[in-house]
Amino acid sequence: MGYQFTKAEAERMFEKWGSQYDVFAPKLMEGEGCFSDTDVVRYGKVTSLDEIVWDRKSDYSLKEVLLAINETLFYFTEDKTTVPEGPQKDILIFLRSCDLCAVQRLDEIYLKNGYEDFYYARVRKRVKFILMGCKTSCASGFCVSMGTNQARQYDAYVKVDNTQKVVYADIKDKVLKAFVEGGKEIEVTPDYVTENVEKVNLPKNLSNKSFENTIWQEYGDRCIGCGRCNFACPTCTCFTMQDIFYKENAKVGERRRVWASCQVDGYTDMAGGHSYRKTQGERLRFKVMHKIYDFEKRFGYPMCVGCGRCDDICPEYISFSNCVNRLTKEEAEHEK
Amino acid sequence: MGMDINTKKLKKNAFRVSKERGIGASRIRVPGGYLDAKILGMVQEIAETYGNGYVHLTTRQGFEIEGIHLEDMEQINQKLQPIIEMLEINQTDPNTGYPASGTRNISACIGNNVCPFANYNTAKLAKRIEKEVFPNDLHFKIACTGCSNDCAKVRMHDFGIIGMTLPQYDPGRCVNCQACVKGCKSLSVNALRVENYKIVRDEEKCIGCGVCITKCPTRALTRSKKKYYKLTIMGRSGKKNPRLGEDFLVWADEDNIVKIICNTYRFVEKYISPSAPARKEHVGYIIDRVGFEEYKKWALEGVELLPETIVKECVYWSGIHFD
Ligand code: HEM
Ligand code: SF4
Ligand code: SF4
Ligand code: SF4
Ligand code: SF4
Ligand code: SF4
Repeated sequence: MGYQFTKAEAERMFEKWGSQYDVFAPKLMEGEGCFSDTDVVRYGKVTSLDEIVWDRKSDYSLKEVLLAINETLFYFTEDKTTVPEGPQKDILIFLRSCDLCAVQRLDEIYLKNGYEDFYYARVRKRVKFILMGCKTSCASGFCVSMGTNQARQYDAYVKVDNTQKVVYADIKDKVLKAFVEGGKEIEVTPDYVTENVEKVNLPKNLSNKSFENTIWQEYGDRCIGCGRCNFACPTCTCFTMQDIFYKENAKVGERRRVWASCQVDGYTDMAGGHSYRKTQGERLRFKVMHKIYDFEKRFGYPMCVGCGRCDDICPEYISFSNCVNRLTKEEAEHEK
Repeated sequence: MGMDINTKKLKKNAFRVSKERGIGASRIRVPGGYLDAKILGMVQEIAETYGNGYVHLTTRQGFEIEGIHLEDMEQINQKLQPIIEMLEINQTDPNTGYPASGTRNISACIGNNVCPFANYNTAKLAKRIEKEVFPNDLHFKIACTGCSNDCAKVRMHDFGIIGMTLPQYDPGRCVNCQACVKGCKSLSVNALRVENYKIVRDEEKCIGCGVCITKCPTRALTRSKKKYYKLTIMGRSGKKNPRLGEDFLVWADEDNIVKIICNTYRFVEKYISPSAPARKEHVGYIIDRVGFEEYKKWALEGVELLPETIVKECVYWSGIHFD
């Protein structure tokens, strides 16, 4: 149901949500950007609507709330293992349309792809999603091309009016609705963009010949293998394992799973020292194909949601969207 | 009619006597080397109206307008007025040009307005110091550089200010990609290592350059909220004993550095040789004469350093001796 609240009414509702939930939203981390006197927008706990960054897409995605960068799977002593407790509180996540679509991808991998992942599932089950609309398109996103511009499976939609005086909400979830006090019932439809600056066409019939495409070498020569594109991406799901033996007593320790990046050295290293994808070009090919081709073959829809974060964060100005468009163009030319 | 000019006054007024009789040059100081591009047009106008149309970009980031006639100095000072005002240079009387020239322009590298390595806004600090120390006839050279790369070559100055940051590490965000370790090893001093998949920083070795922070892809490493500086002292070029400045304070703060510089002016007032020609005895040579211990007492007067600031007990300089 749709509501129009005064800012004060909305803040009161937000406060009540806060007593029930840990609320995560894009937050300005002042001075924490890469360079001196630069900020970064990433997810953190918020306690008021004003703490949320509304006017700019987060640099890092909501993924880190659902999927800890470092997740301790268990602690071990000589004869026992202990699994750490999951979250103690339910969780609300403020996010944009493309990001909500990304959650579907995360669910696909961690809940539906064979086994249900215990650690992901126990967080995921506690989460409700609050959609933040997009009045205008961000500069790098191509959600319209990817069909992720209009996510409707939200639990609530919240919009703070430009004047900062009025808040609109569409609250679908019963539990969240129970916190509503005051406000005027009106029709509220989320702000969805219908056109982006970036437009991306996916290739449809790539053959194995695309392995030899010189595009990979070209981008590979530019890529420094830093992994930013993966770490910022809401749909990258890879992790690696770390067994830690505590220094003071090596019979005690923990096993962690930690985010991994297919661009960073070590990703395809195997016992015995063999490594599958040695060059950055091969790694880039793997990443791009996974995002827009291989995942789709298996699950029926592409992995990439077109948020554009990989483009924004690449220190070498490698544009994923440009790369995909080039592939498609070349494919079309070959077919002529 | 013979030219009757007080050359001492002229020099103090930031003009120069040139090798050609009756012809001089006008010097414009630009703290931090940072200026509104409009000023370039004003410099051009003066150079074309009063000079020979040529301008030298000085080694200390000022302009020197060549070929001016010494009798035009008053008019030139009028023309300099908007430049002096735009650059917010301390002045005693408007339309009389620069009130001193002994303390040189505070120079700076491009700093964090542009450079990804920089740890602070060098132009801003240069301006702040300029405001504190100028005008003064004592011969001081001060420079600010954004990071340990020292593009501003501050170790060749009486005071060199090098930007530092204290890396803040959040192990919860660290994915053990080791970009920081590789960065510190190849571009800096190899102060990082991995222990149990996490990063350990050798605090003794780390120079606070911030390279690791720029390399980190996850923001596990970030800059400290506080900005830190290294203060190097008494570097110099020149005839007798050119040498690089040595570290005096490490992990110091801006306010105390400014205080120390101001204190040093008082030290020089006290100890400068009465026979120094035109009161031009470099502070480094005064310290050589008086001793570092005595200088340190004056420099640290009223200075309450941060607990993390390292003060060098004693400072020794090397360099080449020609004297
Ligand atoms: C034809 C026989 C084999 C094939 C095709 C094969 C293939 C593979 C592949 C594809 C992986 C990588 C899995 C991944 O990381 O996603 C792997 C990992 C591994 N394989 Fe095999 N394997 C074979 C035989 C063996 C044998 C005989 C052993 C042990 C005696 C073995 C031990 C391992 C181990 C320990 C790993 C994990 C290595 C690591 O992650 O560092 N494999 N194998
Ligand atoms: S690949 Fe790039 S555009 Fe696609 S979801 Fe990931 S970060 Fe967003
Ligand atoms: S962010 Fe750019 S340079 Fe870094 S791994 Fe990704 S494509 Fe390569
Ligand atoms: S000294 Fe450091 S901050 Fe200044 S320009 Fe050089 S690299 Fe950049
Ligand atoms: S700040 Fe310290 S640890 Fe980081 S790169 Fe510089 S010297 Fe190395
Ligand atoms: S660069 Fe960042 S993420 Fe990578 S090992 Fe260093 S601190 Fe960890």
